[in-house]
Parts: sequence; structure tokens; C-alpha cells
Amino acid sequence: MDFELSEDQTALQEGLRQFCAGRFPMEAVRALEGRGGVDRALWAELAEMGVFALRLPEADGGVGLGWADVVLSFEELGRALVPGPLVWTQLAAGLVPGAGLGEVVVGGVERDDPSRLVEYLDSLDVLLVLDDEGVWAADPGAVEAHRLGVPLDPLVPVSRVVGDLPAGEQVSDAAGVAAFRRHGAALVAAQLLGIAEVTTDLAVAFAKDRVQFDRPIGSFQALKHLMADMFTRAEVARGAVYAAGVTLDDPAVGRPERAVAAAKITAAEAALANAKSCIQVHGGMGFTWEVDAHLFLKRAYALEVAFGSSEEQAEVMAAALADAG
Amino acid sequence: MDLRYTESEERFRQTLRAWLAAALPQLAPEPAPHDWPARRAWDTDWQRRLFDAGYAGINWPTEYGGRGATLTEQLIYLEETTLARAPYVGVNFVGLLHAGPTLIAEATDEQKHRHLPRILRGEEVWCQGFSEPEAGSDLASLRCRAVRDGDEYVVTGQKIWTSFAQVADYAEMLVRTDPDAPKHKGISWLILPMDAPGIEIRPLRTIVGSTEFSEVFFDGVRVPVDNRVGAENDGWRVTMVTLGFERGTGFISDLVDTNRLLGDLAALARKVRRRSGTAWDDGALRREIGRLQAEMDALWAMTKRNLAQAERRGVPGPAGSVVKLYYADLYQRLTDVAMRVLDRASLSMDDVGDLPSGLFVHERLRSTSFTIAAGSSQIQRNIIAERILGLPKER
Repeated sequence: MDFELSEDQTALQEGLRQFCAGRFPMEAVRALEGRGGVDRALWAELAEMGVFALRLPEADGGVGLGWADVVLSFEELGRALVPGPLVWTQLAAGLVPGAGLGEVVVGGVERDDPSRLVEYLDSLDVLLVLDDEGVWAADPGAVEAHRLGVPLDPLVPVSRVVGDLPAGEQVSDAAGVAAFRRHGAALVAAQLLGIAEVTTDLAVAFAKDRVQFDRPIGSFQALKHLMADMFTRAEVARGAVYAAGVTLDDPAVGRPERAVAAAKITAAEAALANAKSCIQVHGGMGFTWEVDAHLFLKRAYALEVAFGSSEEQAEVMAAALADAG
Repeated sequence: MDLRYTESEERFRQTLRAWLAAALPQLAPEPAPHDWPARRAWDTDWQRRLFDAGYAGINWPTEYGGRGATLTEQLIYLEETTLARAPYVGVNFVGLLHAGPTLIAEATDEQKHRHLPRILRGEEVWCQGFSEPEAGSDLASLRCRAVRDGDEYVVTGQKIWTSFAQVADYAEMLVRTDPDAPKHKGISWLILPMDAPGIEIRPLRTIVGSTEFSEVFFDGVRVPVDNRVGAENDGWRVTMVTLGFERGTGFISDLVDTNRLLGDLAALARKVRRRSGTAWDDGALRREIGRLQAEMDALWAMTKRNLAQAERRGVPGPAGSVVKLYYADLYQRLTDVAMRVLDRASLSMDDVGDLPSGLFVHERLRSTSFTIAAGSSQIQRNIIAERILGLPKER
């Protein structure tokens, strides 16, 4: 057993972190607000980095890696707050032609979602609809919907579907949809982990710099302890998120459904709590649009309800406990 | 990243499991809760069996009689022994987990030879003389004096929270040897024989009514200078080595135990009757128990990551503080949920009817110490903030 990143995994992580720093600095991310969160040129660059095709066999233009590697890459996308239907397009690779190479932008929704909300609808080439029978590919242009004026996350536009979603063309069966949801939850957990980490980094950097009472505010225990808790939550969640990736690749080491639920719950808690603490550490500036802290909190909320909220995942964990007893 | 155990690790597990299955039925019945001499006899009997089977000092180097196991083997050892409900280190946790490792790192060959084999064979039990009434979190402000008199130190002062002092042969003692030096630079680390004249032990009664720890008073206790470990006035550094061990793999057994307790809590919730149905039918409680299991799984995964990192870097780092901080809080929340599950059945530390309820009430109270003992949660947060995050010290 060696539950530490391999050299290749460290290289993948560093490569993507550098790429995001170069192509998705915060001013570039913020600029995407006017483009509905998706810029085709940047999307193609994400594809070139292999973000969508990591799992595909090399013969299909992919990289031939596993879920653990995809999890690591989505952690970086989460850190950088990269918007767009990243998880859906990644999961669509192999199901929807062109998704893996970034030629088509794929989003999705649960057919019986009571909110009737779809993210990024206006930017999509293909809309995947999930129900217990399978995964269905539909034409987003055929969906009657209206875009809501002010989304929670300015980088995650939402539209409300009017009437029924189109039936679509089946691209995966009932077993496939269960795996699809599980993989989706794992990748969202990875993004949430990235948010939990970067909000800690931002708070710590600010607290070292900001002076009040003639000393850096990071020297005060009241704030130090907030940040120690931020770090701790992120590290604990990291264990669960990486374990979920490894378990998806090698189900012999655990139960994938339980590993993913544990990852989603702990990463969502870490991201939300840390994003709130990040704002608190920033004081009044944390409450402004200008400082980035609010964007992380908003994204954390947006991801918490993607692919099964923590409440739903907690039921998965409870069921696992009841089964074991 | 790989969570699969190697063939040799699996073999180690199977061999250990088979040995435990054969050895555990041979143990005498567990002694009564507060009969400390009987507890010592029982714990050291188990230690001797471990020694004879080659499992004593699982993490100690082979040159000192230990097993020299890899960190993953240590994890397997702690997991299997806990799952089998084997005794853990018991009354000699200080000797096996703190003092022994410190001797290995810092003692002279003569000191090592004198104590280490006896600790491993279950012949020598140690307690810890660190904390004092006026030196808790601020341990370095300790006042217990040791005055040099020829080739002896004369020790006078008081220690507190000394677990199993009643049955210990030796104390790992921190004493002030230079009262004029800055507080960290006037401390020495002594091997103090507990049968020396001038020692008085007064047991304290804990929140759950138990008596395992004591106040210990020292009145002119004479200790040979040869019993000092490390240089005179270098005891703080020697202590830090001990504390490093204390936060290394220290929580694995607790995590395995707690994971089982959480399973027991879920079973309890399905048994505790409400006016209609059971506590498990209360969705909010049920999901809270599910969340606790998610956190347990995460903490267990994190422990495996810490081990992989320690395996590469050698020494345990401040990551131990992260585990301790999170684990202590999680355990308290777990037992809080248990109190809510039990509702009015929480009014007794004895089981109520056919419910296994007493343990949970006891654990809720006992676990109040988890955020205090061995470095309070506030101290752990300072360590994380200053040593990991690099935030400036308050003064």
C-alpha cells in the first residue's frame, strides 16, 4: 500500500496547476461571466491538456489514465475556479462524439429534477438527460427554457425548463447511469476539495499581510484557529476524495458508492466552511465583489447540489451502515 | 496512489490474525475496573505473550528487540489487534509509546540495555511526570526542581495527571535543573524509579469516577545522575522527540475502535424505541450518523496518506496534530449524537434494559478529555497555524 501520489500523478497535478495559472487567472475567469461561463477557445485548450480525455484509451485520442488521475485534475480545476460543464463533458467522453476532444460542449440534468434548472444551457451542444433507465443525449436547442437573470454563481448561468425534457437518444443503459452519477459526484467532490484548499491559501496569505493593532492579523489566535480548522477540514477531505478516485479504479479496495459519498460529504463541508471562513478572515473586503472570496463560496454552494447533495449522500452512508449491521 | 496491500502485507495480516485467534482465548478474564495491580498483571501478561510471538515493540527497531515493522505493517497490526479486541498497551502506554521510543532516540547504550528489553517483555511499567498544576499547556514553565548533589539529583516538587502512577516502576520525568535559564533551557529528562523514598501518590477521581491518574508529590527524591537522558538542561529537546512519537501513528487503534463504535451506534439507533418506530427512523439523526461515517472514512483515508508520507520522509510531522484535532472533535460529536439517540435512556451509565447504552454515556463523558489531554485542541490549532501554515506567533 502506498497512498501517495506517484511521480506521474505529481507531474499531472503540477502541469495542470501551471496551465490554470497561465490560462485561468482570476481576471480571465471573471471575464467569462459575460460569455455564459464558457469560451470555446479556452475549452479547446482544456481539451488539449487532456482534461476531458484522460480516461479514454490512447487509440481513441485519450490518455489512458484512471479515475484517480481525473480526480487530481478536477481538484486543480476547482482550485482555479474554472467554470463550464466540465464534469458533464468529461463523463460524456466516450458516449458523445467529440466530447473528449473538446469539440462539443456537453451539459446535463436529471429528468425528474424538481427545480427544472439546467446550468450553462445556452452554451451547450448536447444536453444529457439522466433517468433510471439510462443516459439520453438531447438537442439543447429543442429544450424550451428561459434563462434566469441573476444566478447564485455569476459564472454558472441557469435556465429553467418549461414543460418536459426531450426524450433524447439513449447513449447508456441503467447500469451506465448509476456509474455516471457516481463518477459525477466524485469529480464534483474533487472540485470542492480544490475550493477548500485555495480558500485556505487565500485566507492565510491575507492574514500574513493585513496589519491591525500594529501586527499581522494572522498572529491572533482567534484567526489562527479559524485557519487551522480550514487546513484540517481540507486535509481530511483530501483523504476521502483521493480514496474515492482510487476505489473507482480498483473496487477491490472498498465500496465505490460509499467512498464517493464520503468524499462528496466531506469535500462539500470543507469547501463551504472554508469559503465562509475565507470571507470572515478578509473582513469587510471579503464582503465585496472586488475580492475573489465570494466567488468561491458561490461555487461551493453550486457544486454542493450537483450530483447529489450532502443530505442525499448522507443517506447513502446511513444505508451502508445499516447493511453492515 | 495505491490502496492495495502487497502480498507480503497480506501474509503478515493472515499470520497475525491466526495468532490472535489462538492467543486471545488463553487470556485470563479481564480484572475489575479499578483494581490497578490486577490490571498491571493482566496487561503485562499480554505484553509477554506479544513478546514471545515476536509482536512486541511493533514499531521499535530490531536492534532493540522490536519488530521493526514497516508503517503499513504497523497499521495492519493495530487494525487487526483492535478488531480482534485484543488488549492494547494498557497501563504501560507510556513505556511502550513514549518513554521507550525516547530512550531509543536519546539514551546511552547502558540505559537502553537496562530498560528497553524489560519494557518489551512486560517486566517494567512506566508513567509520565510532565504536567504540573502550574504547567499544563505551558509545559516548559514546569517547576519541579532537581538539585545536583554529587552523583545524584535531589528532586522536589509536584506532578499531575500521572496515569497509572500506582503501578509504575519508573517515571519519565521532566525537572528543572537550571532555574535561572530561559524556561526551555533549564529542563532535564530523568529516569526516576517510582520505588525511591519520598514519593507520595494521591489518585484523582475523573469525570467518569475512575482513578487511573494521580497527583504525585516528590520530597527530596534521590535519582542517580546516570539516570539523566540527554545532556543536562537539554530535556526540552528530548521531550520534543517524545511528543513527536506521541503524534505519529498514535491514533490508528482509536480510529479502528471508533469506527466500530459508530457501527454500534447505528445498530443502537435501530434498537432504541420512539413512541413510533425507532431512533433510526428519524431522518435527521440517521443522516447525521451517515455524515459521521463519511468523516470516519475520510479520517481513515487521511491516516493512510500520512503513513505513506511518513514512510518517505522518515519522521512524523505536524500532520499528527491534524489527526488529533479532528479525531477528538469527531468522537465528541459521535457520542453527542449517541446521547440524542438514547434520549431518556441516557440517564444511566449502566445499560438500560436490553440496550447497550451505558458505554455511550460513559464515552460521552470520558471523551471530554480528548480535546484537553496530550496537547489541547487549542494548542493543536496553534501548532497547525504556526508550523504548517506559517502564521506568525502571537508574541
